[in-house]
Amino acid sequence: MKLESIAFNNLRRRKSRMAFLVLGLMIGVATVVTLVSLSSALTADIQHKMENYGANILITPRSDNLSLSYGGITLGGVSVDSTEIQQVDLEKIMMIPNNRNIAAVAPKVLGAVEIGQERVMLMGVDIDKEFHLKRWWSIDGLAVTNDRQLVAGYAVAQKLGLQVGNKITVAGEEFQISGVLAKTGSQDDQLLIGSLPMAQQLLNKNGTVSLVEVAALCSECPVTDMVKQIGSVLPGVEVSAIQQVVKTRMHSLEQFRTFSLVIAGVVLLIGALVVFVTMMGAVNERTREIGIFRALGFRRSHVMRLILMESSAVSLLAGLLGFLTGMGATEAILPFMTEQEVKTLWDPALGAGAILLALVVGCIASFYPALQASRLDPTEALRSL
Amino acid sequence: MSFVQFSNLHKVYNSDAVEVKALDGISVEIEEGAFVGVMGPSGSGKSTMLSILGGLCHPTEGAVVVDGIDLYQLNSEKRADFRREYLGFVFQAFNLIPYLTAEENVMLPLAVKKIHSRQKKEMAHSVLQRVGLGHRAGHLPNQLSGGEQERVAIARALVNEPPLILADEPTGSLDTGTSREIMQLLSVLNKEGQTIVMVTHNDEVRSYFDRTLLLRDGLIAKDVCKREELYARVG
Repeated sequence: MKLESIAFNNLRRRKSRMAFLVLGLMIGVATVVTLVSLSSALTADIQHKMENYGANILITPRSDNLSLSYGGITLGGVSVDSTEIQQVDLEKIMMIPNNRNIAAVAPKVLGAVEIGQERVMLMGVDIDKEFHLKRWWSIDGLAVTNDRQLVAGYAVAQKLGLQVGNKITVAGEEFQISGVLAKTGSQDDQLLIGSLPMAQQLLNKNGTVSLVEVAALCSECPVTDMVKQIGSVLPGVEVSAIQQVVKTRMHSLEQFRTFSLVIAGVVLLIGALVVFVTMMGAVNERTREIGIFRALGFRRSHVMRLILMESSAVSLLAGLLGFLTGMGATEAILPFMTEQEVKTLWDPALGAGAILLALVVGCIASFYPALQASRLDPTEALRSL
Repeated sequence: MSFVQFSNLHKVYNSDAVEVKALDGISVEIEEGAFVGVMGPSGSGKSTMLSILGGLCHPTEGAVVVDGIDLYQLNSEKRADFRREYLGFVFQAFNLIPYLTAEENVMLPLAVKKIHSRQKKEMAHSVLQRVGLGHRAGHLPNQLSGGEQERVAIARALVNEPPLILADEPTGSLDTGTSREIMQLLSVLNKEGQTIVMVTHNDEVRSYFDRTLLLRDGLIAKDVCKREELYARVG
């Protein structure tokens, strides 16, 4: 017989009260768990979409003369005369402190080529990365798979009358059109796209690139930090963030988080009140019992420990059940919130956090009732017959 | 020095601006091994006296010394320790905890002591045997008769082997036959050397006491030893 056995015997006997306590706290914890896991699943989802959406950092040569617009963003000069970025330097990008957050580095070389009478912009790209990054590209035909193939932008294809399978000669070399881009409404419509080594050779720009697009996925760290980090490893180039995209994404995430926190806080508060009222009622109901304990030589601290032990046991159970319920609710709700299938993240840290949260809330809410119980005058308590 | 000393004990209750004098200057000494009955009409102060002796209720004035310990010089936590080590309470309403078995109820005073669980069980078992309830150890209070519940309460008071047992109307809710059994049990314990102070207004059990304190209006009206009582009857 220890204090614990008294506590557990009491809980066992007052099953309905205990169930009520567990339920009150469990709903609170489950709400927090649901909102937190929904928010992290959605963050992961948005990150995934961002990866598909494309780059959010641009690296261009530092230049103060010519400028060229690409994708609505003003770049440094990409004319033959301007300085170019050394391709070997790009490896340094992966050495920045936040390198984990870099999803893709897509270098490209740009230059004008003549096809017949027309001057056309040729863009050499890292094929895998570029086509991975620009998921919105819809290609009639196939993407470039080797050095002898090109993909034509919509406007170029129109102007030169190109179709999939056609052969064209660029600077004396023959290429096959493997695909034609559907209209994008952007600068991409004006391009002929081929592999990077081929374009470098053709444009006489071996070992250099004109600009680099970087896809950085980071919900916690500001992209501006990453811009600084890249700038410090690549001196002499211009690094800029496509702020708008990043800010919009961060903003919507933060709004959801704030909303979640407020809701979770309110529900938890209600849970805490349920625990408080129930424990207060339990203490009043057990006045006589507590008087007996005191008369038998239990110290005030023993009585307090007894009450807190009971609420801890209840809270632990509520925390565990709340976590499981919350995760179940997330699994059920998530399909309605995203079009794609998003996996619920079963995070053990969230489980531990949920149990800890229940424990803290349960103990805080029953601290005052426990204190009241310990302060009961044993004679008064025994007189309440 | 006597085992228990009350010196000039006063207790005044203030309720709704009315002052009620429960004890009005009691001084008495109780020897070790005595079986003392405290009797008197309702409101004479006998329960208050027992509560003060039990360290449960602060006197307005005066002191209680048990085995050289001045109870009300101790803080409330130390007084709880004193109750645990020195006193065994037997209440009128048994005051057993309904969700604990007889054995667990008996072990209650040991719950906060640092003794091995097995030893606690042995102590509870032996004391339940002593009150004749060894076979009912696993029963809940509501499965026991009134007399059996009172025995469990007595076993609980004894388990700590306290020097002093305080009993508040232990026969108050029992029939005559059961009352007699309980009084016989207390009498046997007293013969074995146990000091007992018992509050009652049941005149029939008076013969078991070797000293009776008669209280009236918060004062000791009579302090009668059994021998004197016998002499008085013979005379």
